[in-house]
Amino acid sequence: MVADGGSAHPYIPNTEADRALMLARLGLQSSEDLFAALPAAYRDPKIDLLPALAEPELLRLMRARGAENRDASTRPSFLGAGAYHRSVPSIVPYLVSRSEFMTAYTPYQPEISQGTLQTAFEYQSVVCELTGLDVSNTGLYDDATATAEACLLAARATGRTAVALLEPLHPGTVDVVRTYAYGANIRVDVITSLDTVYADHACVVVQQPDFLGTIVDIEVIADAAHAQGALCVVMANPFALGMLRAPGEAGADVVTGEGRDLAGPVAFGGPSVGLFAAREQYLRQMPGRIVGRTKKLRGSHGGEPRTGYVLTLQAREQFIRRERATSNVSTGQSLVALAFTITVQALGPRGLREAAVLCYQRAHEAAVRIAALPGYEVPERGPWFQEFLLRGPLPASELLARLAARGITGGLDLSDRREEAARDAFLCCVTEATPPEHIDALVEALAAIGDER
Amino acid sequence: MEIPGDRRYTTEHEWLRAEGAEAVIGITEYAQDELGDVVFVQLPSIGSRVSAGAAFGEIESVKTVSELFAPAGGEVIAVNEVLTEHPELVNDSPYDTGWMVRIRLDDPAAVNSLLDAGAYRTTLPPGS
Repeated sequence: MVADGGSAHPYIPNTEADRALMLARLGLQSSEDLFAALPAAYRDPKIDLLPALAEPELLRLMRARGAENRDASTRPSFLGAGAYHRSVPSIVPYLVSRSEFMTAYTPYQPEISQGTLQTAFEYQSVVCELTGLDVSNTGLYDDATATAEACLLAARATGRTAVALLEPLHPGTVDVVRTYAYGANIRVDVITSLDTVYADHACVVVQQPDFLGTIVDIEVIADAAHAQGALCVVMANPFALGMLRAPGEAGADVVTGEGRDLAGPVAFGGPSVGLFAAREQYLRQMPGRIVGRTKKLRGSHGGEPRTGYVLTLQAREQFIRRERATSNVSTGQSLVALAFTITVQALGPRGLREAAVLCYQRAHEAAVRIAALPGYEVPERGPWFQEFLLRGPLPASELLARLAARGITGGLDLSDRREEAARDAFLCCVTEATPPEHIDALVEALAAIGDER
Repeated sequence: MEIPGDRRYTTEHEWLRAEGAEAVIGITEYAQDELGDVVFVQLPSIGSRVSAGAAFGEIESVKTVSELFAPAGGEVIAVNEVLTEHPELVNDSPYDTGWMVRIRLDDPAAVNSLLDAGAYRTTLPPGS
């Protein structure tokens, strides 16, 4: 139905009369004149579109297109490298879908939303237990930005202007740290040995397990950092911490991590939640928001004292301190943080450990089977958790292409890595959520590709 | 509002009490009153240097965070460690137990260029 006054489109309320009025005010003849600054060739390019469809036809088309998508639960996928397919309990999507929780934001009048603050406090408690550190904030955007913030914290705390990133570290994290460091005038040294940690480094950043999957001895790195007066920042996989020593107990000063995998399915790499925890001495240097638990002197209608939750240490945030704020992070990822919290709490410490051990065993069983195939090897770099290097009879890119042709996502091509163990290899990931029949399919496909030669 | 005559002041509301070549530094009664309840004081480490007019630490109240400016330059020889656990001393006793740092003055004569109590009082709003 066309609205009175000649609206050209049912969802665009401007009438012809409205448009004529606006054009007259602007002194233009037609709306085309608004785009006169663009070269004519780019103004109305020919786009090869199907004829417009009626709504029911359009829905049918889009459903058919959507059904062509493949995800990690149906297509065998061994791609990890920072985003991992996990078994998330079914209660998680159910609980986080409650309308009280359905916002990405920390509330602007926070103390009125006691439930929201309580879930954030529980999130912090979970992060402190996993990392073995004293204080956690309510979450940052993702592991990469959390790690960059950790570098800024280290620079503030030490008064130094350089950071050392220990390889193998996720290349996305290296890029994000470089971006943050550029504005803060911090030098970024990407190092391959602890011999190049110097007394002008504010921190040493290490990934646990490292980017190529190997479990790192944090204590050795923390000692080397501390010997130079630098902080030890660990970007840890929180799921792996279910069975590994807490980095805080091994000497880490700040621990960051990625909580997305324990919150929901891997979806184009997000949305994420960046874990951030530190020793208490760095409390006032921490970015983001912190929820504290306190006691109300009286209930809202008098009566007994009761527990209350508040945002604390607010004075360091940018809305009070402006340009001298500790950090300019303003929004967290509350809903993802909540989903992460529910998963960890639903599993419990023992369940998380059992799931991590299952992941470890399943990955190692798969690696043993693959290494037994003629022409294949799994280069060892020490103990590893869920990802291993895989070198076959063909270059990695060719191997991955042939697996893809068989409907299998084999992993991440590592041809741009400089580590000797990664030469001609790709990074293969098996988790507790990888179905056994997908592992069978991978082993059979690799064997068949080996025989083709 | 109390402004002791035994020390010097800055327009940033710090006080300095010289003791020969050394000096003790804190903030004034007016400053603590404007800040409200002090919850944290970040002080420099012993052995570090402060320079006149430059920030040497931070004071955080329930309302805001402010920088602390050094009235004179020198080397930090003591800090009031008690403030770590009891920052409220700044409110309770700004001129005495709420002191912040003790420095060895680079130039003891430079203290004379700071405001005396009478001059400092004129910088405060009328009625304070």
